[in-house]
Amino acid sequence: MMSTLEQAQALEREDDPLKIGGRTLRSRLISGTGGFASMELMAQALIASGSQIATVALRRIQAPKGGAGERGSLVDVLAQAGVEVLPNTAGCHTARDAVLTAKLAREAFGTDWVKLEVIGDQDTLMPDAPELLAAAEELVDEGFVVLPYTTDDPVLARRLQDVGCAAVMPLGAPIGSGMGIRNPYNLTLIREAVSVPVVLDAGIGTASDAAIAMELGCDAVMVASAISRAADPVKMARAMKDAVHAGRLARLAGRIPRRLHATASTPEEGLAEL
Amino acid sequence: MIVLNGDRVQLPEGASLLAALANIGIDEESRGVAVAVDGEVVPRTHWEAYTLHDGARVEALTAMQGG
Repeated sequence: MMSTLEQAQALEREDDPLKIGGRTLRSRLISGTGGFASMELMAQALIASGSQIATVALRRIQAPKGGAGERGSLVDVLAQAGVEVLPNTAGCHTARDAVLTAKLAREAFGTDWVKLEVIGDQDTLMPDAPELLAAAEELVDEGFVVLPYTTDDPVLARRLQDVGCAAVMPLGAPIGSGMGIRNPYNLTLIREAVSVPVVLDAGIGTASDAAIAMELGCDAVMVASAISRAADPVKMARAMKDAVHAGRLARLAGRIPRRLHATASTPEEGLAEL
Repeated sequence: MIVLNGDRVQLPEGASLLAALANIGIDEESRGVAVAVDGEVVPRTHWEAYTLHDGARVEALTAMQGG
Protein backbone atom coordinates (compact mmCIF):
# COMPACT_ATOMS: atom_id res chain seq x y z
CA MET A 1 0.00 0.00 0.00
CA MET A 2 1.22 3.51 -0.85
CA SER A 3 2.25 5.86 1.90
CA THR A 4 0.45 9.19 2.16
CA LEU A 5 3.48 10.91 0.68
CA GLU A 6 3.59 8.50 -2.26
CA GLN A 7 -0.11 9.10 -2.84
CA ALA A 8 0.49 12.86 -2.93
CA GLN A 9 3.34 12.43 -5.41
CA ALA A 10 1.19 10.15 -7.58
CA LEU A 11 -1.54 12.80 -7.61
CA GLU A 12 0.87 15.35 -9.04
CA ARG A 13 1.98 12.91 -11.72
CA GLU A 14 -1.65 12.36 -12.74
CA ASP A 15 -1.74 15.88 -14.17
CA ASP A 16 -1.23 15.83 -17.93
CA PRO A 17 1.56 18.19 -18.90
CA LEU A 18 0.65 21.32 -20.84
CA LYS A 19 0.94 20.89 -24.61
CA ILE A 20 0.97 23.85 -26.99
CA GLY A 21 1.63 23.56 -30.71
CA GLY A 22 2.72 19.95 -30.36
CA ARG A 23 5.26 20.75 -27.64
CA THR A 24 5.13 19.66 -24.02
CA LEU A 25 5.87 22.40 -21.51
CA ARG A 26 6.99 21.66 -17.95
CA SER A 27 5.73 24.94 -16.50
CA ARG A 28 2.24 26.42 -16.59
CA LEU A 29 3.59 29.88 -15.83
CA ILE A 30 4.81 32.09 -18.67
CA SER A 31 6.76 35.17 -17.61
CA GLY A 32 7.26 38.56 -19.18
CA THR A 33 10.68 40.20 -19.24
CA GLY A 34 9.61 43.87 -19.10
CA GLY A 35 9.64 46.21 -16.14
CA PHE A 36 12.52 44.76 -14.13
CA ALA A 37 14.95 47.16 -12.48
CA SER A 38 17.89 45.19 -13.86
CA MET A 39 18.66 42.27 -16.13
CA GLU A 40 20.13 40.35 -13.16
CA LEU A 41 16.92 40.74 -11.17
CA MET A 42 14.98 39.56 -14.21
CA ALA A 43 17.12 36.42 -14.46
CA GLN A 44 16.70 35.64 -10.75
CA ALA A 45 12.93 36.13 -10.94
CA LEU A 46 12.64 33.96 -14.06
CA ILE A 47 14.52 31.16 -12.34
CA ALA A 48 12.35 31.51 -9.20
CA SER A 49 9.19 31.41 -11.36
CA GLY A 50 10.17 28.08 -12.88
CA SER A 51 9.00 29.43 -16.25
CA GLN A 52 10.15 27.55 -19.30
CA ILE A 53 9.33 30.39 -21.68
CA ALA A 54 9.41 34.17 -21.39
CA THR A 55 8.17 36.86 -23.74
CA VAL A 56 10.45 39.42 -25.36
CA ALA A 57 9.69 42.38 -27.62
CA LEU A 58 11.47 43.55 -30.76
CA ARG A 59 12.74 47.12 -30.89
CA ARG A 60 15.16 49.18 -32.95
CA ILE A 61 18.84 48.63 -32.27
CA GLN A 62 20.25 51.76 -30.67
CA ALA A 63 23.55 53.37 -31.74
CA PRO A 64 26.60 51.31 -30.68
CA LYS A 65 27.52 51.28 -27.00
CA GLY A 66 29.56 48.21 -26.25
CA GLY A 67 29.48 46.16 -29.43
CA ALA A 68 27.08 43.54 -30.64
CA GLY A 69 27.70 41.32 -27.62
CA GLU A 70 26.10 43.79 -25.25
CA ARG A 71 23.04 44.24 -27.42
CA GLY A 72 22.57 40.49 -27.62
CA SER A 73 22.71 40.24 -23.86
CA LEU A 74 18.98 39.80 -23.21
CA VAL A 75 18.94 36.70 -25.38
CA ASP A 76 22.14 35.50 -23.68
CA VAL A 77 20.78 36.12 -20.17
CA LEU A 78 17.61 34.20 -21.00
CA ALA A 79 19.63 31.32 -22.40
CA GLN A 80 21.77 31.22 -19.26
CA ALA A 81 18.62 31.14 -17.11
CA GLY A 82 17.40 28.15 -19.14
CA VAL A 83 14.42 30.12 -20.45
CA GLU A 84 13.19 29.98 -24.04
CA VAL A 85 12.22 33.11 -25.93
CA LEU A 86 8.59 33.73 -26.90
CA PRO A 87 8.64 36.82 -29.13
CA ASN A 88 5.66 39.13 -28.93
CA THR A 89 4.34 41.77 -31.30
CA ALA A 90 3.83 44.35 -28.55
CA GLY A 91 3.27 47.84 -29.87
CA CYS A 92 1.74 46.75 -33.17
CA HIS A 93 -1.60 48.34 -34.06
CA THR A 94 -2.28 46.73 -37.44
CA ALA A 95 -2.28 43.19 -38.80
CA ARG A 96 0.39 44.23 -41.31
CA ASP A 97 2.79 45.46 -38.62
CA ALA A 98 2.17 42.43 -36.43
CA VAL A 99 2.77 39.97 -39.28
CA LEU A 100 6.02 41.69 -40.28
CA THR A 101 7.16 41.84 -36.64
CA ALA A 102 6.47 38.11 -36.24
CA LYS A 103 8.53 37.37 -39.35
CA LEU A 104 11.37 39.52 -38.03
CA ALA A 105 11.17 37.68 -34.70
CA ARG A 106 11.40 34.35 -36.50
CA GLU A 107 14.53 35.61 -38.25
CA ALA A 108 16.05 37.04 -35.04
CA PHE A 109 15.33 34.16 -32.66
CA GLY A 110 14.83 31.16 -34.90
CA THR A 111 11.41 30.33 -33.45
CA ASP A 112 8.04 29.89 -35.18
CA TRP A 113 6.23 30.75 -31.95
CA VAL A 114 4.72 34.19 -31.55
CA LYS A 115 2.62 35.84 -28.90
CA LEU A 116 0.42 37.89 -31.20
CA GLU A 117 -0.61 41.31 -29.90
CA VAL A 118 -2.50 43.79 -32.05
CA ILE A 119 -3.43 46.73 -29.90
CA GLY A 120 -6.53 48.75 -30.69
CA ASP A 121 -6.52 51.47 -28.10
CA GLN A 122 -3.70 53.26 -26.30
CA ASP A 123 -5.64 53.87 -23.06
CA THR A 124 -6.82 50.32 -22.46
CA LEU A 125 -4.25 48.45 -24.61
CA MET A 126 -7.11 46.14 -25.52
CA PRO A 127 -6.84 44.02 -28.67
CA ASP A 128 -8.20 45.18 -32.02
CA ALA A 129 -10.34 42.14 -32.77
CA PRO A 130 -10.64 42.33 -36.60
CA GLU A 131 -6.92 43.09 -37.05
CA LEU A 132 -6.01 40.37 -34.54
CA LEU A 133 -8.04 37.74 -36.37
CA ALA A 134 -6.63 38.77 -39.76
CA ALA A 135 -3.05 38.65 -38.46
CA ALA A 136 -3.61 35.30 -36.76
CA GLU A 137 -4.96 33.74 -39.95
CA GLU A 138 -2.05 35.02 -42.03
CA LEU A 139 0.58 33.89 -39.53
CA VAL A 140 -0.94 30.42 -39.22
CA ASP A 141 -0.80 30.18 -43.02
CA GLU A 142 2.88 31.17 -42.84
CA GLY A 143 3.55 28.27 -40.48
CA PHE A 144 3.68 30.12 -37.18
CA VAL A 145 2.55 28.73 -33.83
CA VAL A 146 0.27 31.62 -32.89
CA LEU A 147 -0.69 32.51 -29.31
CA PRO A 148 -2.99 35.53 -29.58
CA TYR A 149 -3.57 38.02 -26.79
CA THR A 150 -7.34 38.45 -26.93
CA THR A 151 -10.28 39.89 -25.06
CA ASP A 152 -12.33 37.71 -22.71
CA ASP A 153 -14.89 37.19 -25.51
CA PRO A 154 -15.65 33.47 -26.01
CA VAL A 155 -16.82 34.03 -29.60
CA LEU A 156 -13.57 35.70 -30.61
CA ALA A 157 -11.61 32.99 -28.80
CA ARG A 158 -13.39 30.35 -30.87
CA ARG A 159 -12.78 32.27 -34.09
CA LEU A 160 -9.07 32.43 -33.23
CA GLN A 161 -9.06 28.69 -32.63
CA ASP A 162 -10.91 28.14 -35.92
CA VAL A 163 -8.21 29.94 -37.94
CA GLY A 164 -5.61 27.66 -36.36
CA CYS A 165 -4.20 29.40 -33.29
CA ALA A 166 -2.31 27.00 -31.00
CA ALA A 167 -3.74 28.60 -27.85
CA VAL A 168 -5.74 31.65 -26.82
CA MET A 169 -4.57 34.24 -24.30
CA PRO A 170 -7.59 36.13 -22.92
CA LEU A 171 -7.06 39.09 -20.66
CA GLY A 172 -8.25 39.09 -17.06
CA ALA A 173 -8.04 42.89 -16.90
CA PRO A 174 -6.12 45.56 -18.85
CA ILE A 175 -2.35 45.06 -19.23
CA GLY A 176 -0.44 46.22 -16.18
CA SER A 177 -3.61 47.13 -14.27
CA GLY A 178 -3.19 44.45 -11.61
CA MET A 179 -6.98 44.33 -11.36
CA GLY A 180 -7.17 40.54 -11.37
CA ILE A 181 -9.85 38.60 -13.21
CA ARG A 182 -12.72 41.02 -13.78
CA ASN A 183 -15.03 38.58 -15.52
CA PRO A 184 -14.52 35.02 -14.31
CA TYR A 185 -17.74 33.91 -16.00
CA ASN A 186 -16.35 34.81 -19.43
CA LEU A 187 -13.21 32.80 -18.72
CA THR A 188 -15.41 29.84 -17.85
CA LEU A 189 -17.25 30.37 -21.16
CA ILE A 190 -13.95 30.54 -23.07
CA ARG A 191 -12.85 27.31 -21.38
CA GLU A 192 -16.03 25.70 -22.70
CA ALA A 193 -15.79 27.34 -26.14
CA VAL A 194 -12.31 26.17 -27.17
CA SER A 195 -10.29 22.99 -26.96
CA VAL A 196 -6.87 24.64 -27.43
CA PRO A 197 -5.02 25.71 -24.27
CA VAL A 198 -6.30 28.85 -22.55
CA VAL A 199 -3.51 31.02 -21.14
CA LEU A 200 -4.71 33.84 -18.91
CA ASP A 201 -2.85 36.95 -20.01
CA ALA A 202 -2.83 40.41 -18.47
CA GLY A 203 -4.43 41.73 -15.32
CA ILE A 204 -2.79 39.49 -12.72
CA GLY A 205 -1.98 41.57 -9.64
CA THR A 206 -0.94 39.02 -7.07
CA ALA A 207 -0.66 35.29 -6.49
CA SER A 208 -4.31 34.66 -5.66
CA ASP A 209 -5.33 36.02 -9.09
CA ALA A 210 -3.14 33.39 -10.76
CA ALA A 211 -4.65 30.65 -8.59
CA ILE A 212 -8.18 31.79 -9.52
CA ALA A 213 -7.31 31.68 -13.22
CA MET A 214 -6.15 28.10 -12.88
CA GLU A 215 -9.18 27.15 -10.76
CA LEU A 216 -11.41 28.51 -13.53
CA GLY A 217 -9.82 26.03 -15.91
CA CYS A 218 -7.08 28.03 -17.58
CA ASP A 219 -4.20 25.80 -18.69
CA ALA A 220 -1.51 28.35 -17.91
CA VAL A 221 -1.00 31.92 -16.75
CA MET A 222 1.14 34.70 -18.19
CA VAL A 223 2.54 37.16 -15.66
CA ALA A 224 4.64 40.23 -16.40
CA SER A 225 4.19 43.41 -14.35
CA ALA A 226 2.85 41.63 -11.26
CA ILE A 227 6.29 40.05 -10.87
CA SER A 228 8.63 42.64 -12.36
CA ARG A 229 7.07 45.62 -10.56
CA ALA A 230 6.50 43.88 -7.21
CA ALA A 231 8.55 45.22 -4.30
CA ASP A 232 10.43 41.89 -4.28
CA PRO A 233 10.15 40.39 -7.79
CA VAL A 234 12.00 37.18 -6.94
CA LYS A 235 9.72 36.43 -4.01
CA MET A 236 6.63 37.24 -6.08
CA ALA A 237 7.87 34.99 -8.89
CA ARG A 238 8.07 32.12 -6.41
CA ALA A 239 4.60 32.99 -5.09
CA MET A 240 3.21 32.90 -8.64
CA LYS A 241 4.80 29.52 -9.26
CA ASP A 242 3.16 28.10 -6.14
CA ALA A 243 -0.18 29.80 -6.91
CA VAL A 244 -0.33 28.36 -10.44
CA HIS A 245 0.48 24.93 -9.03
CA ALA A 246 -2.10 25.23 -6.24
CA GLY A 247 -4.78 26.50 -8.62
CA ARG A 248 -4.13 23.68 -11.05
CA LEU A 249 -4.38 21.04 -8.31
CA ALA A 250 -7.57 22.64 -6.99
CA ARG A 251 -9.08 22.55 -10.50
CA LEU A 252 -8.20 18.86 -10.83
CA ALA A 253 -9.46 18.16 -7.31
CA GLY A 254 -12.90 19.66 -8.01
CA ARG A 255 -14.15 22.31 -5.62
CA ILE A 256 -17.26 21.96 -3.48
CA PRO A 257 -20.35 23.83 -4.66
CA ARG A 258 -21.09 27.24 -3.16
CA ARG A 259 -24.04 27.19 -0.74
CA LEU A 260 -25.85 30.01 0.98
CA HIS A 261 -26.29 28.13 4.24
CA ALA A 262 -23.94 26.18 6.44
CA THR A 263 -23.45 22.46 6.02
CA ALA A 264 -21.99 20.86 9.13
CA SER A 265 -18.89 18.82 8.56
CA THR A 266 -19.29 17.12 11.93
CA PRO A 267 -22.11 14.54 12.23
CA GLU A 268 -25.03 15.32 14.58
CA GLU A 269 -25.38 11.65 15.48
CA GLY A 270 -24.03 10.70 18.90
CA LEU A 271 -24.17 14.24 20.20
CA ALA A 272 -24.35 14.24 24.01
CA GLU A 273 -27.55 15.47 25.68
CA LEU A 274 -26.16 17.81 28.29
CA MET B 1 20.95 58.42 -48.61
CA ILE B 2 19.02 55.73 -46.77
CA VAL B 3 16.94 55.75 -43.59
CA LEU B 4 18.30 53.42 -40.91
CA ASN B 5 16.06 52.99 -37.85
CA GLY B 6 14.57 56.39 -38.55
CA ASP B 7 17.91 58.21 -39.00
CA ARG B 8 19.18 59.46 -42.38
CA VAL B 9 22.49 57.86 -43.27
CA GLN B 10 24.75 58.80 -46.21
CA LEU B 11 26.23 55.78 -47.97
CA PRO B 12 28.29 55.41 -51.15
CA GLU B 13 26.22 54.47 -54.20
CA GLY B 14 25.71 50.73 -54.48
CA ALA B 15 26.44 50.14 -50.77
CA SER B 16 25.30 46.81 -49.36
CA LEU B 17 22.89 46.28 -46.50
CA LEU B 18 25.79 44.80 -44.54
CA ALA B 19 27.74 48.06 -44.96
CA ALA B 20 24.76 50.07 -43.73
CA LEU B 21 24.37 47.87 -40.66
CA ALA B 22 28.01 48.52 -39.72
CA ASN B 23 26.81 52.02 -38.75
CA ILE B 24 25.02 50.52 -35.74
CA GLY B 25 27.64 47.89 -34.98
CA ILE B 26 25.81 44.95 -36.55
CA ASP B 27 27.39 42.23 -38.65
CA GLU B 28 26.39 38.73 -39.75
CA GLU B 29 27.63 37.28 -36.46
CA SER B 30 25.34 39.46 -34.32
CA ARG B 31 22.89 37.30 -32.39
CA GLY B 32 19.17 37.98 -31.96
CA VAL B 33 18.99 40.56 -34.74
CA ALA B 34 16.60 40.85 -37.68
CA VAL B 35 16.44 43.36 -40.53
CA ALA B 36 13.69 44.55 -42.85
CA VAL B 37 14.12 46.77 -45.92
CA ASP B 38 11.02 48.61 -47.16
CA GLY B 39 8.81 46.34 -45.08
CA GLU B 40 10.30 43.00 -46.18
CA VAL B 41 12.49 40.75 -44.04
CA VAL B 42 16.00 40.30 -45.42
CA PRO B 43 17.66 37.13 -44.05
CA ARG B 44 21.17 37.67 -42.72
CA THR B 45 22.64 35.41 -45.37
CA HIS B 46 21.53 38.04 -47.94
CA TRP B 47 22.86 41.15 -46.17
CA GLU B 48 26.18 41.22 -48.03
CA ALA B 49 24.68 40.76 -51.50
CA TYR B 50 21.74 43.13 -50.91
CA THR B 51 22.32 46.48 -52.64
CA LEU B 52 20.44 49.38 -51.09
CA HIS B 53 18.64 51.81 -53.37
CA ASP B 54 18.49 55.53 -52.64
CA GLY B 55 15.84 56.21 -50.00
CA ALA B 56 15.65 52.61 -48.75
CA ARG B 57 14.05 52.30 -45.33
CA VAL B 58 16.03 49.89 -43.17
CA GLU B 59 14.72 48.65 -39.82
CA ALA B 60 17.21 46.68 -37.69
CA LEU B 61 15.63 45.15 -34.61
CA THR B 62 16.71 43.16 -31.59
CA ALA B 63 15.27 41.71 -28.38
CA MET B 64 14.10 44.15 -25.75
CA GLN B 65 12.58 43.40 -22.38
CA GLY B 66 8.81 43.35 -22.75
CA GLY B 67 5.55 41.79 -21.60
